Order: sequence, then structure tokens, then C-alpha cells
Amino acid sequence: MTAAATHTGAPIRAKRVLPGFTLSLGTTLLYMTFIVLIPVITLILKGAEIGPERFWRIISSPRAVAAFQITLTAALIATAFNAIYGLLMAWVLVRYEFRGKRILDALMDVPFALPTAVAGLSLTALFSANGWFGPVLDAMGIQVVYTIWGIALAMAFTSVPFVVRTVQPVLEDMDPALEQAALTLGARPWAIFTRVVFPAILPAWLAGCTTAFARSLGEFGAIVFIAGNLPFRTEIAALLAYIRLEEFDYNGAAAIALVLLAFALVLLVVSNVLQAWASRHREASR
Amino acid sequence: MTTAPLGQLPGQTRRGERILIGLAVGLTLLFIAAPLVFIFVRAFAQGWQVYAANILHPATLHAIWLTTITAIIVVPLNVGFGIAAAWAVAKHRFPGRGILVTLIEIPFSISPIIAGICYLLLYGRQGLLGPWLQANDIQVVFALPGIVLVTMFVTAPFVAREVLPLMQAQGSEQEQAAVTLGANGWQIFTRVTLPNIKWALLYGAVLCTARAVGEFGGVSVVSGNIRGQTNTLPLHVELLFNDLNAVGAFAAASTLTLIAVVALVIKAILEGRRQS
Repeated sequence: MTAAATHTGAPIRAKRVLPGFTLSLGTTLLYMTFIVLIPVITLILKGAEIGPERFWRIISSPRAVAAFQITLTAALIATAFNAIYGLLMAWVLVRYEFRGKRILDALMDVPFALPTAVAGLSLTALFSANGWFGPVLDAMGIQVVYTIWGIALAMAFTSVPFVVRTVQPVLEDMDPALEQAALTLGARPWAIFTRVVFPAILPAWLAGCTTAFARSLGEFGAIVFIAGNLPFRTEIAALLAYIRLEEFDYNGAAAIALVLLAFALVLLVVSNVLQAWASRHREASR
Repeated sequence: MTTAPLGQLPGQTRRGERILIGLAVGLTLLFIAAPLVFIFVRAFAQGWQVYAANILHPATLHAIWLTTITAIIVVPLNVGFGIAAAWAVAKHRFPGRGILVTLIEIPFSISPIIAGICYLLLYGRQGLLGPWLQANDIQVVFALPGIVLVTMFVTAPFVAREVLPLMQAQGSEQEQAAVTLGANGWQIFTRVTLPNIKWALLYGAVLCTARAVGEFGGVSVVSGNIRGQTNTLPLHVELLFNDLNAVGAFAAASTLTLIAVVALVIKAILEGRRQS
């Protein structure tokens, strides 16, 4: 078999020289089918079974609409914060040398490594009346726990590494000659940033923000602790789906889950398009 | 024009640099480090003895055991899947390769809660396979198999996404040389490929473990939260929190935090090793 493969000539030579193709692809497809595809298709079939009319009635009910609004608003707040904070972190970690930089860099992975329930528990206690931050914010008249700000806080915490870790490698790869040229032409630091640096990292930054936004829309573990979960006030869409399940209203749960799934898949496509743009950008600026 | 050394800004921006570093450090301490430290502060708020009593409580021990079992089943399976997927995609050319890579990443984009609902609709009593499972007396949902399956879904891409890019970057010249020298598939994998990818593989396994141990939303849906039976450690944290046993919740949470911190330390070590 090896001999045959090496003698078949150049175009197909690299094709299937290595053994284990059937085994590895078969394992991959089998695993994907049973673990991912069949469960997801089940949800889609369930949605089809509900029928468009009932489906629309479920997702346009006042409580569901309120839950979608709260989820979207909080995710937008969280992403706006992370867009700035994540960019700042990526910039500082790439461009400056200072003591404790490696620890700061490692801290950026904490939200990925820490279980979301633990993050939710800790944030709730920190920002409640007997925590470290609660009393200070209370004196300023800001209530975080059991409000939409708490939801946004939990979302921001769990999704910030997406922005940092997408922008960081692009900044590292940037050719310093561009900035040097701008500097020698007399550009001020802020002008260099807005005219030279920012356009170069824009695609990656947008891709990171999109992923962070998608993650925020689907976040559950961290939020249920801090939100208070009041219908029409602080009830997110994922939680409403969960409540419908507990009421054995499987149609209700499936319809809400399908809307969230559609959002997630659209954002995945957007993020992939942005990533492709970002890598073209990187190739060009090298 | 004064010549500034390459990659360095002139003196007047030093102040701006200090402001930005200060801002970054300050925000990170408040936003990321404080929640991490606060878990241990609260867990030990009433001393070591109360902490130990909380950890050694039978319900907590059972949750720790269940979470450990889940990770022990899920992580090796996902390591196997990760290797298989990376081997198929990186070392071979076939139509639909790009689509397969996107498909592998899909669990990252799907909220664990949705994953849980999918599994409930498939294996639950009212689910698609519900009647058949009941007729054969197989319990998936509200039992260990359901917890394991959802955790597999959520953590499926972790190993593959670490190993795949590395295998692609390394190409397959070395493996092809081994083929011409007469090595069989197993020999090629263990003697040529594995040494090249071992750190990425270990790193992926560590991330997968951390995520498997901490999974909350999906497991919450399929486990039924049966106290002392299907309560994993993250679910136990919520249960104690709802029982208004804050110190107990933080004690249970501290064990999960410790796992996360260990994972981050291993990550830092492995990254240092990969760079050298």
C-alpha cells in the first residue's frame, strides 16, 4: 500500500500517504454526530413540531420579549465595557514592560478557567451590602446586585478574555516601522494610535467583541447568582428557558432555546467573516 | 528630528504610558483579581475547622466524587476525539475539511443551557428516545450518563483546537519519512507525532479538565439537581448558596477555584516550555 502510494506521482502523492485516515475521520464524524449533531437536530425538529404560529406566540409573549430585551441590553453593556477594557489590556500587555506583567497576563485567563458558578457566587458577594464593593457603590447610590448592572457585570467578567486574546497576537505581529514612519512624519501619539494602529487591529478587535457578545448572550451560571431572577426585571432568556423546562413546558423551552441558538449561529458566522478579514489584514501588513 | 530607538516612544509619552499601565493594573485588580481572592477570604472567614467541616460534609464529598468521575470519563474521551480530529484534518486532504473544522468549534458558540435542553429533548422522558429508553430501563437524563454526555458536548473542542493548529503548522514531512522507512501507523503516531504535540495535548487536556469540572448550565438542565445523587460540585455551590449557607458555598467553591488556579499555573509552565 505504501509502495503504491509513493509511486502514484506528484499531484496525489501528499493525499493519503499517511495511514489512519478512515479511522481518524470515522471517529471524528461518529463523535460529532452523536455528541453534537443529533442533539442539536433534535432541538430543531422540536421547533418544527411546534409550528410557526405557536412558536411565534411563545417567543412574542410579554415575558419572553422582556427576557430577550434584558439579555440583549446587558450583553451590549458588557461588550461595550469589554471593548474598551479588553483593548486597554491587550495594548498594555503587548507594548509596555513593567513589573508584574506576567501575572497580569495570567490573570486575563482567570475568567476562562474559573467555573462560571464560582464567578457568579463571588461577584454577588463582593457587590452585595456586606461585600468589599457593595457598601462603596451603595454610598454612591449604585445598586449592582439584583439589577441589570449585575447581569452585565457577570457577562463582562466571563467574556473579557475573548477581546484581549484576539487583539493581543495582532498587536504583537504589527510592524513597528509603520509607527516609526508616522512618528518621523511628526504625528502625535494619539494620531498614531487612531490612524495607524487602530485600523490595523480593527478586524481582530471587532471579531473579539462579537465572540464576547455571543458568549454574553448565552451566559447562565454566573448570572443566576447575581440577577435575582425577577420576571420582567432581571430574568434573562436562558433562565426563562430553564424555568419552562422545570414547568415541563418543553415547547416553551425549545422555542426560546432555538432563538438563542439562531443568535449564536449568526454571530458565529459574523465572527468567522471578521476573523478571515483579520487574517488577510495581518498578511498584508507584514 | 531626534532619533528614537525602534519601538520606543519619545519621553513626553512616558506619563501616558504610566497612566495606561496604572489603569490596566487597577481595573484588573478590582475586576478579575478581587473575585478570585474573595472566594478564599470568605471560605476561611470562620477559620480552618469550619472550612474542613464544610468540605468533609457528606453531601460536599459526594459532589466532589461525582465531579471527579465525570471528568475522569470525559477528559480521556475528548483527548481521543481531539487527536482523531486533528490527525484527520491536519494530515490529510479531503473535501469538506473546512466545514468539519467549523463544526468542531460549534459547541463553543452554543450556550451550555441550550446543549442541556437538546439532550433533555433527546433522552428525556418526553424526549425523542424517551419511550425506547424507558422500555429498556436505561436512565440517561437525571443520572450520570446525562451529566457525562452534556459535559462531553461542552468540552468537545478543547483538545482538538489546541492540537490541530500545531499539527497543521508542523506539516507531515516527518510522518511521510517514517512511512517510507516502513513504520506502521501506531509507530508513526507514538514515535513521531506524539513527541511533537505532547505539550499542546497536555495543555488541551488541562483546559478540558478545568472546563469539565466547572460545567454548570448544561449539567444543571440534565441532572435534575437531586441532592446527594446528581449534584455535581458547581451545582452544589448553588444549592448551598440557595440554602443561605454562604460559608459552605464558598468552601465548595474554593475547591473549584483551586483547580482553576492549578490549571492556570500548568498553562504558564507549559507555555514557557513551548517557547523555549
